[in-house]
Amino acid sequence: MSSFLDGLIRLRRGPWEMVASILIGLGVVMLMQPFVMGLYTYSFIVILTGTVMFLIVSHFPE
Amino acid sequence: MTDSPVDKLARATPQPVARRVRGLSDRAIAWIFVAPTIFLLLAVNIFPLIWTIRLSFTNFRANRPNREVEWVGLRNYERILTDSDIWLTMQATAHFLFWTILLQVLIGFTIAWLINRNFKGSAFWTTVIVLPMMLSPAVVGNFWTFLYQPQIGLFNYAVSFFTGVDPSSFSMIGSVNLAPWSIIIVDTWMWTPFVMLICLAGLRSIPDSIYEAAEVDRASPWRQFWTITVPMVLPFLMLAVLFRGIENFKMFDLVVQLTGGGPGSITELTSINLKREAFEKWRTGYASAYAIILFVTVFGLASIYVKALNKVKER
Repeated sequence: MSSFLDGLIRLRRGPWEMVASILIGLGVVMLMQPFVMGLYTYSFIVILTGTVMFLIVSHFPE
Repeated sequence: MTDSPVDKLARATPQPVARRVRGLSDRAIAWIFVAPTIFLLLAVNIFPLIWTIRLSFTNFRANRPNREVEWVGLRNYERILTDSDIWLTMQATAHFLFWTILLQVLIGFTIAWLINRNFKGSAFWTTVIVLPMMLSPAVVGNFWTFLYQPQIGLFNYAVSFFTGVDPSSFSMIGSVNLAPWSIIIVDTWMWTPFVMLICLAGLRSIPDSIYEAAEVDRASPWRQFWTITVPMVLPFLMLAVLFRGIENFKMFDLVVQLTGGGPGSITELTSINLKREAFEKWRTGYASAYAIILFVTVFGLASIYVKALNKVKER
């Protein structure tokens, strides 16, 4: 866990890609869940944030 | 001595052109070769994408090209993301995605595991199992509509044979409860071989020495399965899940042929709904925003897919 946080602070690709992947996954779940309309409404912004973040952080050093 | 085609081509090149090419650097020649592909990519992929993004902020209708186009900002996105009908479509897609992936992974892995045991005729059965994957989705959709016919369909007779239910008492495509399962069954039938092939590649990549070492340590077959087979096949399985997830998110042809989105809109997946908005209701701006939402979602999933692929390659 501490190496993960350390990677985030030092702007390393692995942990940041993990965060972006979690955001994309979370957004897809929000988009398709049948329970809360509010989650569906904000799903796209979460997916978009994750995707843009993924594009940016994939250029970070390993 | 006969001339090679290259020599003939060199001789056929007009002198002024030949002189000009000889003066070019390797980099410039490389650009000349690559330029047509780049131009084609820009014209066929990038330009339509940018145009769609622009249209998604307008109220443009393709069936009224002369009407003044109004800039509506994020209104199309707001309407889509608060529309309960589109939310239901997303749920129908989620139901389809969840069950197709689950069934394909379970059945595909089991078949791959059985075929990997190299019994007599395993190569023949691999070929037979892979056949559905080679068919066109439109053809598959068409012949499954016949198989699902309550009066003459083989599927209903097979269900009747095993359960004793009257074959004409239920309609897979016509029933609101059964129609979502009808498309899941067909997609599973068609794409399980794909998952099986990926799992088979994973299973065959495990060296025998690992199992031999486990046997020396007196690990039971059950233990070997959970501590060697599953962890080593998992990256391949993950790849298959992501690949099928992205493909099924875009599913169109098979479902259109099979149910056309019906009965009602119970099997209307996002791609079918999008096509209706764009080419039946002609709300091009709205449909463009819808397409961008789906594109970003698939692009995000594809990013994870590429990352997973790189991890598998590193192994």
